[in-house]
Amino acid sequence: MSTKQQDLDAIVGQKYQHGFVTDIDSDTLPPGLDEDVIRLVSRKKGEPQFMLDWRLKAYRHWLGMKEPDWAHVRIAPIDYQSISYYSAPRRKDGPKSLEEVDPKLLATYEKLGVPLHERARLAGVAVDAVFDSVSVATTFKEKLAKAGVIFCPFSDAVRNHPELIEKYLGSVVPYTDNFFATLNSAVFTDGSFVYVPKGVRCPMELSTYFRINAANTGQFERTLIIADEGSHVSYLEGCTAPMRDENQLHAAVVELVALADANIKYSTVQNWYPGDEEGRGGIYNFVTKRGECRGASSRISWTQVETGSAITWKYPSCVLTGENSVGEFYSVALANHYQQADTGTKMIHIGRNTRSTIVSKGISAGRGQNTYRGLVKILPSAEGARNYTQCDSLLMGDRCGAHTFPYMEIRNPSAVVEHEATTSKIADDQLFYCRSRGISEEDAVNMIVNGFCKAVFKELPMEFAVEAQNLLSVSLEGAVG
Amino acid sequence: MLSIRDLHAQIGARKILKGVNLAVRPGEVHAIMGPNGSGKSTLASVLAGREGYEVTRGTVEYLGRDLLAMEPEDRARAGVFLAFQYPVEIPGVNNAYLLKAALNAVRKQRGESELDAFDFLSMVRDKMKLMQMDESFLSRGVNEGFSGGEKKRNEILQMAVLEPKLAVLDETDSGLDIDALRVVSNGVNSLRSGERAIVLVTHYQRLLDYIEPDYVHVLSDGRILKSGDRSLALELEKRGYDWVRQEAQVA
Repeated sequence: MSTKQQDLDAIVGQKYQHGFVTDIDSDTLPPGLDEDVIRLVSRKKGEPQFMLDWRLKAYRHWLGMKEPDWAHVRIAPIDYQSISYYSAPRRKDGPKSLEEVDPKLLATYEKLGVPLHERARLAGVAVDAVFDSVSVATTFKEKLAKAGVIFCPFSDAVRNHPELIEKYLGSVVPYTDNFFATLNSAVFTDGSFVYVPKGVRCPMELSTYFRINAANTGQFERTLIIADEGSHVSYLEGCTAPMRDENQLHAAVVELVALADANIKYSTVQNWYPGDEEGRGGIYNFVTKRGECRGASSRISWTQVETGSAITWKYPSCVLTGENSVGEFYSVALANHYQQADTGTKMIHIGRNTRSTIVSKGISAGRGQNTYRGLVKILPSAEGARNYTQCDSLLMGDRCGAHTFPYMEIRNPSAVVEHEATTSKIADDQLFYCRSRGISEEDAVNMIVNGFCKAVFKELPMEFAVEAQNLLSVSLEGAVG
Repeated sequence: MLSIRDLHAQIGARKILKGVNLAVRPGEVHAIMGPNGSGKSTLASVLAGREGYEVTRGTVEYLGRDLLAMEPEDRARAGVFLAFQYPVEIPGVNNAYLLKAALNAVRKQRGESELDAFDFLSMVRDKMKLMQMDESFLSRGVNEGFSGGEKKRNEILQMAVLEPKLAVLDETDSGLDIDALRVVSNGVNSLRSGERAIVLVTHYQRLLDYIEPDYVHVLSDGRILKSGDRSLALELEKRGYDWVRQEAQVA
């Protein structure tokens, strides 16, 4: 450890002697954010100097930034000094066993078919050990290692592969990008790191078996996926079971880098706690997700099913730099009860003959407000660029809303950009038709909604698609009738 | 099996049915004819349980049960089938999926086991041949982009698959060319049986050339003014509806 580092520690340590927590190995830092907190977080994680420097640059930049207010959402003010920015494996104040958990939540797990041992974790029960998943995970890790794929927690990557982190971190979402991404850059806790070497097709979906491990990464998650030339990877994020979390604000950053001929498929099923039927509680999910098709003929495909959170604010985007590269965005977003979703994508065409496809399906029910916000930008250099956008909204009942804000900025005359949009109501006629064939009202609603979302579900990996369908039905329970 | 007594129904404040009486026994085919706006489609909708209609007086008994007290899906499961005049499109939901869900709901009610995909398909394929429908119909969205004739054939296919006890066909002949009318009628005729009753709601006599009814009723201004056999339909074709109304006024 350098002298400088020791000095820092001394300072940090001193300050906290007077305060709240002195034990450096304890679980949680007291609320509040300043440079010392960032130094402490970085040190606790054993990060190299460049990482700390980067965090501090971000923090100093963040101090001069303002919260964005352009999204079509209503939001209560967030007090950033009331958040604790480090929380090691949690948690002792949660329920002690499943008996203490809200029976409604348990009923939902039952319907979704969540395995018993997962239920405890999801409901936030303090469990000592991760069950049989450990051995399963180990088997898969060996298989991945054989293929040369690096897949590990972000903090491990910072320690073990600093050269990759230094080269790629912030190269798609710079630390100056936006209020929440900058905050994340300063204080991110953990997340996932993936590197797929040249020409390697990742031997499995990076998914389910790891969902257990990938959990508890805190509210400022950071993910970086790099697909080297000619490689392929499919990454699945999220979980269909509703996740309770005492942290209201979640501001994650995901960066994808696809080099020449590489292919990244990133699928999300997100079901954070949306608040109760009256709109109380619920997570604010403010995420920055962006991928760059850096090399020629590369491809990045985002597929998302968003059913959770009180407020979702999320625009998985593609920067199409490489010639002939392809960006895709397939989305189903549901807003029920008092949920607000403002989501969409940005397709930035820079290289020649770049192509993008956007398929967005918004479902509004109850008093939910669903907004599609998308930007298609064709730069002068993007000769022959093409975009196809389809935005469909489905309304259930008459107290919800659907809004569409498509922005287009075309600066090359050879571009071909198409946009189609529809808004429909689940018609009483459709419901009656199904019911007159013996199908219950609830099943009929599910059938119609799933039909509406079909174009997106077929982009999801098979098993995920089935989960997503179940999830939609559970999330829509009681939305009609 | 079906007994309608003094049925009054309205949409909002507009009275449409003003005392309909009708008795249907198993095996019978009844045709309900009448001018536009006489209440034919309302009668069909009330029997199937469509929302928006208020029954203000009268009863409908079906197999000893109070039909009007049942939810639409329960009526269907109990063997009531409505072939729609305007079948709706349900984009993205494939035809086979809807059909299978419907069949299994009905079978469950009958105490039969659910059909697996294999048995279901072979059964549906047979019925599709009868309706001269291409197999590609199964994988298309429900009525999505179907022509008028295809939609009507699809309705009868559903009837053939669900095997109802009481089928109400609402203007199934409207919008059909002569070839399609023949196919649809063949389908319906093949479903005639001693246990099954069929109520045809139609504007034109033409349909009855293909599906011969046992009884013909004239519905006008919310009431059945005259009942008879097949010859009544032929007379209506010749003379129109006015004479029936005049006769009723005199009486």
